[in-house]
Amino acid sequence: MRKIRVLVAKVGLDGHDRGAKVVARFLRDAGFEVIYTGLHRTPQEVAMAAVQEDADVVGISLHSGAHMTLVPKVINYIKEYGGDPDEIVILVGGIIPEDEFDELKAKGVDGIFIPGTPIAEIVEFIKEMVPKKKEKARLKKTA
Amino acid sequence: MFDEEKLKEIKEKRQEWEKSCLEPFMKKGGERQEKFENLSWVEIKNVYDPADIAHLDYIRDINYPGEYPFTRGVYPTMYRGRLWTMRQFSGFGTAEDTNERWKLLLKEGQTGLSTAFDFPTLMGLDSDDPLSDGEVGKVGVAIDTLKDFEILFDGIPLDKVSTSFTINPPAGIILAMYVAIGDMQGVPREQLRGTIQNDMLKEFHAQNTLVLPPEPSIKIITDIFEWGVEVVPKFNLISISGYHIREAGSTAVQELAFTIADGMAYVEAAIERGIDIDKLAPQLSFFFNSHNNFFEEIAKFRAARRMWAKIMRDEYGAKNPRSWWLKFHTQTAGCSLTAQQPLNNIVRTTIQAMAAVIGGTQSLHTNSFDEAWALPSEEAVRVALRTQQIIAFESGIPDTIDPLAGSYYVEWLTDKMEKLAWNYIERIRKMGEGSVLRGVLQGIETGFFIKEISNAAASFQREVEEGKRIIVGVNKYTIEEQLKIPILKVDPEVQRKQIERLKKVKAERDNKAVKDALDWIRNASENNENVMPAILEAVKAYASVGEIMGVLKEVYGTYKKPIII
Repeated sequence: MRKIRVLVAKVGLDGHDRGAKVVARFLRDAGFEVIYTGLHRTPQEVAMAAVQEDADVVGISLHSGAHMTLVPKVINYIKEYGGDPDEIVILVGGIIPEDEFDELKAKGVDGIFIPGTPIAEIVEFIKEMVPKKKEKARLKKTA
Repeated sequence: MFDEEKLKEIKEKRQEWEKSCLEPFMKKGGERQEKFENLSWVEIKNVYDPADIAHLDYIRDINYPGEYPFTRGVYPTMYRGRLWTMRQFSGFGTAEDTNERWKLLLKEGQTGLSTAFDFPTLMGLDSDDPLSDGEVGKVGVAIDTLKDFEILFDGIPLDKVSTSFTINPPAGIILAMYVAIGDMQGVPREQLRGTIQNDMLKEFHAQNTLVLPPEPSIKIITDIFEWGVEVVPKFNLISISGYHIREAGSTAVQELAFTIADGMAYVEAAIERGIDIDKLAPQLSFFFNSHNNFFEEIAKFRAARRMWAKIMRDEYGAKNPRSWWLKFHTQTAGCSLTAQQPLNNIVRTTIQAMAAVIGGTQSLHTNSFDEAWALPSEEAVRVALRTQQIIAFESGIPDTIDPLAGSYYVEWLTDKMEKLAWNYIERIRKMGEGSVLRGVLQGIETGFFIKEISNAAASFQREVEEGKRIIVGVNKYTIEEQLKIPILKVDPEVQRKQIERLKKVKAERDNKAVKDALDWIRNASENNENVMPAILEAVKAYASVGEIMGVLKEVYGTYKKPIII
């Protein structure tokens, strides 16, 4: 079985990359294949990278407050570029007010991780969610 | 600092104490940890004594406040004369929203203003740029043209209030806007007080507000120095910042070293341009972080002052003692705030603010307890400001100057921080073959700074994951909690309103004057002339931030940061 492939992405104008980089490093150490987009990517660029790299997980980091605009855009562009967001685990990390969690989840986000989350928790979440989502998507397709 | 005989006696006494007093006690249970380290991984001893600081000389290394090397403070009276400026960083939404918040803060007793801009403004983009979608007015105020600045400063007299601007690639544009507002209010330019951050080097190391490549960035910063010393002699033309380096995960030692190295780089660039260093020096300011390790932070501030005094006097030959001062703003550590049990952040911020005050800061921003969740609510901002006021008026801390001077531990640690920082600076100087400016540019190109900071960030996180570093409420003393903190929401209409206003300004202005001014900026840049007079002209013609930066990008190209994790 191939390694789980994670795209860690910084989207929008915000330059706070400490969280994204530390998480990327620890996910790599946990045995995942990690691709980091670098800074200031547009939703289109992130979606294109997710599709081209055949990512199992897309982790989007934002500290800009623009998540309600930019995260749904990434998900929509993944669809537009021929990817299937039903099969990809979409994670968001950074400064996200708790009262916006539900709306983000309704828009297709699987997990939200705020400052202080142990990275071990993110690793476990990915290990559990990747096969679960793939299986669900498979059942949906065969149904 | 002690005579030989006395010192010998003390050393003997220590040995005796260790053997007869400490050792038997240690056998009963020992210490909590195998080793004690601060946030720079400097090992801390159990007890410090005169032998640890015997190599220091009071008059040479510490001295009285207001005297070289200013370890105890730059002013002879410090807070007995005048308290630090309580300067809360704030801004959100439109210029109207921020103007209203500012007036509230001034009413609450804040003594200076500090502007947070939104990401499009920080990056030199207009509100109607496709890249700005979703970001307008989110983390700060949206500024497109002078029109917005007119609203922002409505009813705020520039001759009475000083304002700080956290702005980097478009720093020259914002300074020009401030000058234009001063002109409108009839305040003489030489009376304008305030600060532009204008520190691109730390953007390349850490904060990532990146537009132009490093060399042209330095060119424009030097233009601002050259123009600013003549036109706005009371305005801080740069705030050389360690704050963001620390937030990106550096240690306190790296923060100190890289900030001082960046400061040296700017001074070298100014000297190369032929700017009189004694004229420029009073317009340089610094900006540090204050994190949780109380004594380490105090030592860092003291060491910074001492280092800068030596550098300005001995390395760059500044003659006026005023030029040897390191004046600094402090902000408590945003990265130390936890989303979990947010009220605990009030305590963290208090400790950090106390360190800044004991360390002799000139101005201070205290973070609000809800900032790991969102921009601060009004209530949270008030508590943050009250924290400073309680320190100022109830704690007695400001009543005597540099109260920890002479502490064996603090003096030892001040000296240790300085030595460790010098090691880094010498490495950087070597990378630049004798020039700190070239060394810093080289370090940006090779990713030296990024790697140093990322490695420290990862090591810290590893210790947190392993439970070696305790963060209360995060990896110890955790609870299930239902959050009830009110969160500030920015009006989603801001983007639309802002775009409308920009359209209106563009329709009503003299577009010929704008084009002429933009052409002047292009010509001045291509001919390597000072670009500031042209920027002021453009700003006054209501050219937008995006249009002005656009011309600079056409001339110099844009910078893409190397991807290093």
